[in-house]
Amino acid sequence: MASNKKYWQSVEELKGSSIVETLRNNEFVQDIPTDEFLGDKETLETSSTSRRDFLKYVGFTTAAASLAACEGPVRKSIPYVVQPNDIVVGVADWYATTIADGFDFANVLVKTREGRPIQIMPNKEAGGVTSARTQASVLSLYDEKLRLKEPRKGETQISWADADKEIIAKLNELKDANESVVLLTGTLASPSTEKVIADFITAYPNVKHVVYDAISESAAADAFEAMYGKRALPDYDFSKAEVIASIGADFLGDWQGGYEKSYAEGRRVETGKMSYHVQIESNMSLAGANADKRIVAKPSEQVFALINLYNQVTGSSLPSKATAFDAEVKQLAKDLKKAGSKGVVVTGLNDKNAQLIALAINKALNSEVIDTKAVNLKRQGNDTQVAQLVADVKGGKVKGLITYNVNPLYSLSNAADLAEGIKNLKLSVALSTQDDATANATQYTLPAPHNLESWGDVMAKQGVYSLMQPTIQPLFNTRQVQDVLLKWSGSTVNYYDTLKEFWSTNVLGGASWNQALHDGFFKAENITEEEIAFEATADVNAAAVQLVRKANNASGFELNLYSSTALGDGKQANNPWLQELPDPITRASWDNYLTVSMADAKELGFENPVKDNGAIDGNYANVTVNGVTINKIPVIIQPGQAKGSVGLALGYGRTQGLKSEMQVGINAYPFYQNGNNVQYNVSIEKASGWHKFACMQVQSTLAGRHDILREASLKEVNDKKLDPKHTWNKPFMVSYDHQEVEGSKIDLWDEHDRSLGHHFNLSIDLTSCTGCGACVIACHAENNVPVVGKDEMRVGRDMAWLRIDRYYSSTVEDKQYEAKMTLEEFKAQNPNIANQEIERRYTEKVLELSKGDLFDALENPAENPQVAFQPMMCQHCNHAPCETVCPVAATSHGRQGQNQMAYNRCVGTRYCANNCPYRVRRFNWFNYSENNEFDFNMNNEYGKMVLNPDVVVRSRGVMEKCSMCIQMTQATILKAKKEGRAVNKDEFETACSSACSTGAMVFGDINNSEDTVTALKEDKRAFHVLDYIGTKPNVVYQVKVRNTNEA
Amino acid sequence: MKSVNHHSRLTKTLVRSLAFFLVFLVSSSAFSQDIDEARQKEGKKLFKSLCASCHKLDKKLVGPALAGIEEKRTNEWLKAWIKNNAELRASGDKDAIAIFEEYNGSNMTAFPQLTDQNIDDILYYTTVGEVKKAAVAGTEVAGQPQGDQAPKWLIYILAAAIVVAFLIIGSLLKTISELKGAPKTPGLMGQTAELWQGIKQNTFLKVLTVIFGALVAAYFLFGTLFKVGVDEGYQPIQPIAFSHKIHAGDNKIDCQYCHSSAKHSKTSGIPSVNVCMNCHKNISEVADDTKVVMDDHTLVKADLDKEIAKIYEAAGWDANKLEYTGNTKPVKWVRVHNLPDFAYFNHSQHVTVGGVACQKCHGPVEEMEEVYQYSPLTMGWCIDCHKATKVDLKGNEYYAKIHEDLAKKYGVEQVTIAQLGGKECGKCHY
Repeated sequence: MASNKKYWQSVEELKGSSIVETLRNNEFVQDIPTDEFLGDKETLETSSTSRRDFLKYVGFTTAAASLAACEGPVRKSIPYVVQPNDIVVGVADWYATTIADGFDFANVLVKTREGRPIQIMPNKEAGGVTSARTQASVLSLYDEKLRLKEPRKGETQISWADADKEIIAKLNELKDANESVVLLTGTLASPSTEKVIADFITAYPNVKHVVYDAISESAAADAFEAMYGKRALPDYDFSKAEVIASIGADFLGDWQGGYEKSYAEGRRVETGKMSYHVQIESNMSLAGANADKRIVAKPSEQVFALINLYNQVTGSSLPSKATAFDAEVKQLAKDLKKAGSKGVVVTGLNDKNAQLIALAINKALNSEVIDTKAVNLKRQGNDTQVAQLVADVKGGKVKGLITYNVNPLYSLSNAADLAEGIKNLKLSVALSTQDDATANATQYTLPAPHNLESWGDVMAKQGVYSLMQPTIQPLFNTRQVQDVLLKWSGSTVNYYDTLKEFWSTNVLGGASWNQALHDGFFKAENITEEEIAFEATADVNAAAVQLVRKANNASGFELNLYSSTALGDGKQANNPWLQELPDPITRASWDNYLTVSMADAKELGFENPVKDNGAIDGNYANVTVNGVTINKIPVIIQPGQAKGSVGLALGYGRTQGLKSEMQVGINAYPFYQNGNNVQYNVSIEKASGWHKFACMQVQSTLAGRHDILREASLKEVNDKKLDPKHTWNKPFMVSYDHQEVEGSKIDLWDEHDRSLGHHFNLSIDLTSCTGCGACVIACHAENNVPVVGKDEMRVGRDMAWLRIDRYYSSTVEDKQYEAKMTLEEFKAQNPNIANQEIERRYTEKVLELSKGDLFDALENPAENPQVAFQPMMCQHCNHAPCETVCPVAATSHGRQGQNQMAYNRCVGTRYCANNCPYRVRRFNWFNYSENNEFDFNMNNEYGKMVLNPDVVVRSRGVMEKCSMCIQMTQATILKAKKEGRAVNKDEFETACSSACSTGAMVFGDINNSEDTVTALKEDKRAFHVLDYIGTKPNVVYQVKVRNTNEA
Repeated sequence: MKSVNHHSRLTKTLVRSLAFFLVFLVSSSAFSQDIDEARQKEGKKLFKSLCASCHKLDKKLVGPALAGIEEKRTNEWLKAWIKNNAELRASGDKDAIAIFEEYNGSNMTAFPQLTDQNIDDILYYTTVGEVKKAAVAGTEVAGQPQGDQAPKWLIYILAAAIVVAFLIIGSLLKTISELKGAPKTPGLMGQTAELWQGIKQNTFLKVLTVIFGALVAAYFLFGTLFKVGVDEGYQPIQPIAFSHKIHAGDNKIDCQYCHSSAKHSKTSGIPSVNVCMNCHKNISEVADDTKVVMDDHTLVKADLDKEIAKIYEAAGWDANKLEYTGNTKPVKWVRVHNLPDFAYFNHSQHVTVGGVACQKCHGPVEEMEEVYQYSPLTMGWCIDCHKATKVDLKGNEYYAKIHEDLAKKYGVEQVTIAQLGGKECGKCHY
């Protein structure tokens, strides 16, 4: 099965570039710069320092250094004066709270040590899901650079009391003159805050509340309102879906808040059932990468596809146009109709008409996947009101503006208009956590606490209430927006009391407040569902006419703006963890870029050459959209990008208040006109110069190991007659005693007895892994993994213990090349060649394909390759190649299956990294903490507070790698010992497995027959990566299964 | 800051004997006072157990100072008050009500269980107090500084004088014998030179000496280098002269009363000031005869009371008004036991699970006036114990299966920690 599939990582690799060839054979392409280090001969001869002198200096300094080290430092130990009751020094406390920053919403558990939050994990009891950004928000709390610390009036510091007095006076002035004031916030989704705002408006009737989302779903809300009479978004439960048709909606990314959990629940291979997911899109998105079938279509074609789909499903004939993939759409419509109420259509086109048609299809299907009653409240922004506000501020109709945690001066396409208007306002106040562009343009700048320092409540889905509680004392002189508004309304109660009162009257219905606070959420037993007043039948005909007219006018390139996995809307752009998180698809960090299809790149002359240090460069493009031009946008050639379309991520290019290292990328918001993620009539021209990208993984080539991951179709997996070991999950076979035996069954060495005590294994289901990156950030937080910066990332010195490799794959069709014989025949002729080798020889000898030919062969498929994600960390091999080559025995094997790394013993020879077939060992080239060259979180007092005190911060010159969170397994064991009991079922966890929302990662003890991982290890889908090397890893992968929708 | 504990035993012995001598002299005179010691003792015992949490003899605490109370009130009134003061007040006794109001209406506990004899004893104690003890302590204090300081230089001079005297006598004797006609022997220097000549001529001896010299040098070099970073005996001066001997030794306070997180956490926890205040709210001064003998100085009551005042300062406790002011100031203790960051150690594993006594690693803390690092805290020291210590697996459900399997594997009744995996690098280094 895997035989004809070719895995590849970058376009250059396909092309058979000579540098990639060199990289394949030699990890370090450049010669080691000894001359540069020593100087040339002439310099050496003329130098006043002779060799003898040099040795003397070395001797002296060594002696001096060791003498100086004799006297240890005096360390102070300062206890509390009054120790809080719930703190035991050295023991972590967990608090249930909710993250809600206007873009990301999540029920979470926060781990605190001595009153400092150090990690965020999903609150699984509440169905919480954490993204990479939610995980990383704990570091944004300690952002000493960007956070607002003191109230300001203009440039000068002011006390809260004075600010209150002055602002209340001005508010009253404006009230008396009946001049309009606008309160501009992001999506709050907080019932009690909405009440506080309502009270504020009662006190000042001239105030109007406008909700603004930087990345908008306004059109979808408008469409929903037109159909269901309530301005909200429908909620989706993809676990109920049998057929999912997504037209440009990246619902595994940030589309309407993301739905990866329910999506993964609907695709559990072990149940024998998987939803069939078809994605029609232009950019290669996470949803597209995970789809069973991906149809490449530029945005204007997506419009036609949507209408065609409507026509096919309902049998009507709305005006549309034929597309190149009509047959596929027809088939999709058939599948949808067959699935009936188990089918669902979603679209990411932020256009009211397109959303109306999608809703209409779902209605026609009578879909039960879509929930129009308990609605999704994560995006409440209203683009019309925001546009009106900007016009009014500029035109002088609005006299006062209060903003809360929004940064329109950065994220509005017409930010200049607003900036101009703000100067003339009678009152402008920014209540903000961040010292951003908007906070620097207003008269008053008032610091708000971070989410983790605040009280609050959240209702992200109608009827599901969550509580937010502070997990740390406020770091700065901040005050919550609710308290500010209460004070200005003349109320004397504080927000905490208001919140409690609000909950006891409106939410709890007699249930315990303390219990709700402990759980972090509250679900009423019987929710009285709001009766929807009316259900209008939208005029789909008019909608289609408008849509088609617009799409027909499309000429030139089409730009599809998207939010990146790492930065989202850009709120956390000053977070080094997120900046360094490689994009799941392009693997580029510290950048945004224009994604261009291979065909267009050829036409426009764009290239991504691999440099001799293994990194890639890119051309620049000048892009013009509706008269707005942004120059020098770097270009990445993206396999799977629709021809005629380009993609660009929002959220980058922020400058105000950011550290210089974090001021990377291009601000794409000027293109985000009218909140529309699709812009037609885009012109692109090549600009001069080369951009240096910092991509992970493209440096490390596969080195011919093309069988690195395995895939199968659902049909194959479900087929009871097929023996997986001979078909889709072939183990490595060797000849032993003249018999074919599994490679893992024979051994050079005597096997250790591993049945005693615990033996840890990690299972990773490649089917469920969506590539979201939450585990990567969780690993950073848990293990104090340093941030190395763009330059170091570029040369492949990233420190990530866990990376998510992305592989593109395409199938070479034999018949295309009139093969002399099939692979099976070739195998029969050459019985002595190992499996992984025979494929390579088959390609070369039988198909007579050189590297270049292979590129040609794959070029067509590369327009739409399949994508597979493979989380890769230390495999904790039972026969670890790294352990045998360490000259100082710094890395050794524990009985519990973990490959242990004693940093203090390591002398940094790096033999282990060279001998590791998985490339998972990371070398500390520098001291990354307390080093001004790496001015990230470990170089300042606040950022260091996020460090996990149970894990050491490694210093320069030592090797490090995934420890399988040995500090967590040890803590679990100790807990059981202290309580005098055996370890419970599935009690062992690692940071990555607890952060995984889709359940792809399962950790446990295989010597405990009850643990989930024990069965997974023996599953028919289980395989070890590169099993033919015989390393016997303790990380086991599950074959990726795609639903090819065959009966 | 680093000072290693060099006990000058001789000094101590001399000081102690001198002090004992003085004490003996004075105390014998004190016994001549006319006091019924049995009654005083009985009264003191009752006073300490029942009254001392609120009263002192010479000072106001929660209640008034009680020294000489018998002169102010009649015996009957006092008995009535002590047995049930509320009843007395209810009966309309003006004095009783006045006192009640003076102390802001705080109720004194009633002691109906006390007999008249008991109360008389207590009152007797309040009257005679600790007269004799005070006298003893006073003399002792007076004698102490002389005894403590004088011998230091005196001893050196004496020793030097003795050595010089011996040398003089020796040379005198030699000169006399030479004068008497004995053959002239070479001096000390002369003998060494001769030995040196001999060695130089003998190759075997030369090689032997070189080897011996090299071995000795290597021994001392390695000894020195291995001591680098090993702070055994490290005894820093703490901001408060806290004596573990008084607390854990004399008063037998359990270690984990103060170091309460040792059973839950990786750190044993330096007690927060509020833990000190649990007791010291009522103990503002030490007993008159308390003294703390540090290496180079001794602290007496006057000094120690000042140390207690430091806690009050830290906790923000106004000892006169008996209330917290809110002005707190954390105590900056100097950490004695320092493990490097790359070594993970968990107290609860050893204390709660292993049942190891604190003293095993920390030494006889209950005898230490000033805490010092008792163990070397080196990896070898950890491993040695892990190799030798057998794990008590009984009664802990966690070990049930492991124990059975391991015992079978190693063929022993009890396995050691090392056999359980306690020697693996990753168990302590992550």
